[in-house]
Amino acid sequence: MKTTIGFEHQAGAPEASKTEAARQWLRHRLGTAPVEEMAGHKTVPVHRHTIWYYLGGMTLFLFSIQVVTGILLLLYYRPSAEEAFESVQFIMTDVSFGWLVRSIHSWSANLMIATLFIHMFSVFFLKAYRPPREMTWITGVLLLFIAMGFGFSGYLLPWNKLAFFATRVGTEIPRVFPFVGDFFMRFLRGGDEVTGATLTRFFGFHVAILPALTTAILGVHLWLVQYHGMSRPRGTENNNGKEMKFVPNFLLRDIMGWLVALGILAALAAIFPWELGEKADPFASAPAGIRPEWFFLFSFETLKLLPGRIWLFEGEALGILGFTLGAGFWLLVPFLDRNAARGLPSRGFTLIGVFVLIYIVVLTAIGFWS
Amino acid sequence: MGKDKSNVRKSFRAIFGLVACVGVLASVSAAAAQPKPANSCLACHSDLDESLTRQMEGDIHLEKGLGCVGCHGGDASQSDQELAMAAARGFAGRPKPAQVPAFCGKCHSDGAFMKRFNPALRIDQQAEYLTSVHGKLLSQGDQTVATCVSCHGGHGIRPVTHPLSRVYPPNVANTCGKCHADPGYMKSRLPTDQVAHYEKSVHSEALMKKNDLSAPTCNDCHGNHGASPPGVSSVANVCGTCHTRQAEMFRQSPHNASFQALGQAECLVCHQNHEIAPPSERMLGSKEPATCANCHGEGDPGAKAADTMNQSITALAAQLNVAEDLLSRAERAGMEVSRARFGLSEGHDALVSARVVVHRFSAGGVKTETDRGMAIAGKTRQLGIQALDELQFRRKGLAASLVVIALALVAVFFKIRQIERPRE
Repeated sequence: MKTTIGFEHQAGAPEASKTEAARQWLRHRLGTAPVEEMAGHKTVPVHRHTIWYYLGGMTLFLFSIQVVTGILLLLYYRPSAEEAFESVQFIMTDVSFGWLVRSIHSWSANLMIATLFIHMFSVFFLKAYRPPREMTWITGVLLLFIAMGFGFSGYLLPWNKLAFFATRVGTEIPRVFPFVGDFFMRFLRGGDEVTGATLTRFFGFHVAILPALTTAILGVHLWLVQYHGMSRPRGTENNNGKEMKFVPNFLLRDIMGWLVALGILAALAAIFPWELGEKADPFASAPAGIRPEWFFLFSFETLKLLPGRIWLFEGEALGILGFTLGAGFWLLVPFLDRNAARGLPSRGFTLIGVFVLIYIVVLTAIGFWS
Repeated sequence: MGKDKSNVRKSFRAIFGLVACVGVLASVSAAAAQPKPANSCLACHSDLDESLTRQMEGDIHLEKGLGCVGCHGGDASQSDQELAMAAARGFAGRPKPAQVPAFCGKCHSDGAFMKRFNPALRIDQQAEYLTSVHGKLLSQGDQTVATCVSCHGGHGIRPVTHPLSRVYPPNVANTCGKCHADPGYMKSRLPTDQVAHYEKSVHSEALMKKNDLSAPTCNDCHGNHGASPPGVSSVANVCGTCHTRQAEMFRQSPHNASFQALGQAECLVCHQNHEIAPPSERMLGSKEPATCANCHGEGDPGAKAADTMNQSITALAAQLNVAEDLLSRAERAGMEVSRARFGLSEGHDALVSARVVVHRFSAGGVKTETDRGMAIAGKTRQLGIQALDELQFRRKGLAASLVVIALALVAVFFKIRQIERPRE
């Protein structure tokens, strides 16, 4: 028996009729009836894993905060080696609530990557990538890569010492690719070295190219989520078909999560405002403890631990190759996991997921405390 | 019969001559057949002194291709001792102390020769040495004074920039102290506590502990090859090679003329010579332990000026500390105060400048600098207070936001309960 937790609109009050009239007015002019209808019919399965469904919405909420705070920062930020640091300093000290906007932008970016990872692993372990949701998975993984690109490009923008040298190390990595490595490095840097040209270029990636890509891919991802609905994990199909309506029941719960996230963000921004550090000096010696953002630490640490030479190949080149193949594998998981596609248990892929998760956590911890 | 004897004698002579010729030819050809040794000096001397090869490790002369023969002369290609160490082959042997300056100067005073190896190296060391106390005593026949090898070593001489060189700056005090800190060697000719005093000085602290190679050691004040104690009237010149501004101020001060009249050794009167302690405001004032109190009686104009200078500098240092403390508190709480900190560094500059201006011994001059510093300290203090006020504002704002968020959460929670309440 199918049970739906729902709310039926009770019209009758004069206020309600005014609201209804306004809605009708808009409906006729904007043609939103199909969307409303779709939202009205959308349901979310209720079972012991339902909590993981909130991670996608949480990531989207944090992304929206990124967009809003990013636009506000754009009003004052100046993308040149001469002015970038000073403009961020100005935002932090002289612009009303500039410190809050910048700190929330930075904290929200990190929390968004964290929720993205959790969302992705929850989808992986619940095998939500099974047909017909292969493209939902692929667009999701692409969004993760783009988010990491946002993180990498945004890290340099304050033009401080640590970010400058971390970017120098990070943009050096593609050089290990044969034939195209040098070109790729120069493409990223806008020259042979990390300079003001790199900063301008990264700014372009951060506020134009990556947002455009995100808009397109996120649009597809969200459409696919609406089109296919939420995936029901294997083993919960016989949960009496219990569901809740997306609007308003699930959405209200989503809002509760967003409010909690907003509170955490406000507390982090007020108690631990994002540091600015010292202005980058290309002629200074590299400071101790250069490391990338935490979500790159596992790969950075892997490359550090690899020996200089493995058989006939350069250790670092093999490491990069391994990560590239790993990313490709991860992207194509829905097509490789044939058991999950047939609705059968797929312990092999679960084990791979557990290994990848432990690997990322352990290497990140080593990188953090080493 | 007599003729026969004569013939026999002739025959013997001929045979003897022949044998002798064959012998000489044989020995010559044998000698020619023997391989010539690469360095016959080492072949014999390393048997006599096993450490010789080790001693020569890193020797700059050896690295430039100048082996034993380069200094001692002779012919190292000869295996025969007599031939190798023949005076005819330029063998000079081991020089006596009195001969060492000329022995080293043979090359080091020869500009044309030195240019082949190091065109930048000075060639006046021998001439300078002769002006030093060491050089003068040596020329008077004192064989115990230091010569080139006493400081640079005989074998294994390294360039001055090499950390193992005896004359590498951090090693200089030990090198001089080998003689000058040895009462038995100095035999009451000079005190032997200079190195002990120097090791307690601010200069030694900078050189030995902070590894600041620009900090002075013995030779920076006394000279190296022309080592001698600076004269009373030239102390300020010596100290002024590094402490330029202080020396300039001192020259403009009333103390310059009076110290000269009293035969006082300028800087040393207040700072001492070897045990130069880090300067502080405690040295300035009319009461012990201020050094001014050694000459100025309480109440005289000099003592009053010293007290005034002390008060203005102490007050500025205190104000800068207050400002620094406020900024540190704000910074620890995550506030961005780097611009205020940059401003404060100008206040510290004013404090340093005031401490330098003290050497003019003019209370007015010091006050000009401390007033400038006080204005900066006051402004920075205000910025620190503003940062802490802003911090409180943020905390209160956070509390208010969290209350609003919590209320919104409760409202949504009750809304969910309301819409999901089972209908009767």
